[in-house]
Amino acid sequence: MSVLTRDTVGRAGDRSAPGGAAPHRRGWWTTRRRDQLAGLLFVAPQLAGSVLFVLIPLGLVFWYSLHEWNVLAGTFEFVGPGNYQAMADDPNLPSVLRVTALFSIGLVAFNLSLALLLAVLLNQRLRGTVVFRTLFFSPVVVSLVAWTIVWGFLLQDNGGVNGALGVAGVDGPNWLRGDWTALLSVIVVQVVKNVGLNMVLFLAALQGVPAELYEAARVEGANAWTRFRRITVPLISPTILLTSIITVVGSLQVFAQIAVLTQGGPGTSTTVLVYYLYQRAFQFHQFGYGATLSVLLFLIVLVLTVVQWRMRRKWVFHEQ
Amino acid sequence: MNSRLSVRAKVALYGALCLLALPFVFPTWWMVTSSVKPVGDIFAFPPSLIPTEASLSAYRRVFELQPFAQQYFNSGYIAAVVTIGTLAVSSLAGYAFARIRFRGQQVLFVVVLVGLLIPSEVTIVPLFRMFNSWGMVDTHWPLILVPILGAPSVLATFIMRQFFITLPAELEEAARVDGLGRFATFWRIALPLARPALGAVAIFTFLHSWNLYLEPIVFLSTPEKFTLPQALTQFVDAYGGPMWDVQLSAASMTAIPILVIFVIAQRQFIEGLAHTGLKG
Repeated sequence: MSVLTRDTVGRAGDRSAPGGAAPHRRGWWTTRRRDQLAGLLFVAPQLAGSVLFVLIPLGLVFWYSLHEWNVLAGTFEFVGPGNYQAMADDPNLPSVLRVTALFSIGLVAFNLSLALLLAVLLNQRLRGTVVFRTLFFSPVVVSLVAWTIVWGFLLQDNGGVNGALGVAGVDGPNWLRGDWTALLSVIVVQVVKNVGLNMVLFLAALQGVPAELYEAARVEGANAWTRFRRITVPLISPTILLTSIITVVGSLQVFAQIAVLTQGGPGTSTTVLVYYLYQRAFQFHQFGYGATLSVLLFLIVLVLTVVQWRMRRKWVFHEQ
Repeated sequence: MNSRLSVRAKVALYGALCLLALPFVFPTWWMVTSSVKPVGDIFAFPPSLIPTEASLSAYRRVFELQPFAQQYFNSGYIAAVVTIGTLAVSSLAGYAFARIRFRGQQVLFVVVLVGLLIPSEVTIVPLFRMFNSWGMVDTHWPLILVPILGAPSVLATFIMRQFFITLPAELEEAARVDGLGRFATFWRIALPLARPALGAVAIFTFLHSWNLYLEPIVFLSTPEKFTLPQALTQFVDAYGGPMWDVQLSAASMTAIPILVIFVIAQRQFIEGLAHTGLKG
């Protein structure tokens, strides 16, 4: 997201504009005072909402994580670091974290490389690229659960994917029932759903690369791969970083696909952190422990964001 | 890269594009065609790309098994209210952060931006408890209030602010010298110019609300109050196995209207969604 742009608030030069001539000055009720009131009133709904639905819940997550809270039993008692101790001893957690990491890494790598490939193909001088752009983008607007249901249907043992493989003489696996095929399936379904967004961002970046550079490289005798690696990739690197930030954070939030396709299974082979959090809090009614897992999720997102922010700074330096 | 291509290169490119397009296009085709196939043919081998006989019986059962029309209405009205509410909240806040100078502006902007860093999954447990204590569990309020005022609208506010910053200030200054107040300047000068940004925000807000899944299954428990994504997964037989023909019919009805709108307005969709940098 472009939150990371360097100008944060407004432009410093604006400050002098309203005060300069001051044509509106009517005693105490000056333009400056009216602007103060108008500004606060304009941002009031958003500000109140942020405090009520973002900041307070964020604080409460930490507070709840120090409590044992069972809705069914109606208990809510302070246990200090008890939930954190439980988290350290949780036999499922290593597997959950491993699956989360595998899922995120697989999804980001597959998504970005496919998006870049599609963008490069669509950036050629060819009739009909707009049609293909629309086709590749279309899953983005298909309802997420509808999309997941169709893929669940296609990936059944006797479903469309194995049907097509069977026609080609290949005996396909039962995709959603094998440990690694289930994880792979969820990744592919999610990538195909959303890769269109990154593709469009890459396409815009590619169109900004000056054609003379390619011509010059061609004259120098550089082949297509060298031109791609030495010209395209460096010049669109800011977009690569932006899309990877969006995709990394997005990959940690994938929930509906897993809930519909695999319910975290088989075993715990597709139980990512968000799904585990949901299970513990809303299926096992362990809200205190659910809050502790939320804290963990928050910290992971925070660390990843800070790390990428730093990388961005380095990148901006290279741009100059 | 934009040099002229040979015929052979063109054929290879078209071939690659068509092959790559398969996983993007085929599922939708398969969803619609399978939904009108007789149940016995759904898993037939070899699979038939075009149904030999069509039947709408699965569509009828969608409405018999669940209050699907009501659920459709729920999703539609919630998404509409959320979209209008988000447009109002985010354009006001975005305008003030971009254009009005007031004390505390920078601090308040940072406070609001925190919402961008926090996935909604992190705060779902406390939000559940808050709405529970207000007696709003199993109502649509959490699905309306949180998106309009909470984290999802922060992205909208940010986009609106970025847009208003790029508008030339002279227009508004002229209006203000003529004695127009802040709100009138915003409403009559700035907002009409912001139509592209408002369109982008409207599209992604509507889709976000239409697709919401975790929040409905956490907050809602009465079938009459369900939204579409939640309802789609409820068509199961006595053993909990999915009734594929019915699920696919319901999924088709959920997906097709939006797809049609997308095909008509694909430029606005693609540019709007790409420029807002939606989450992957």
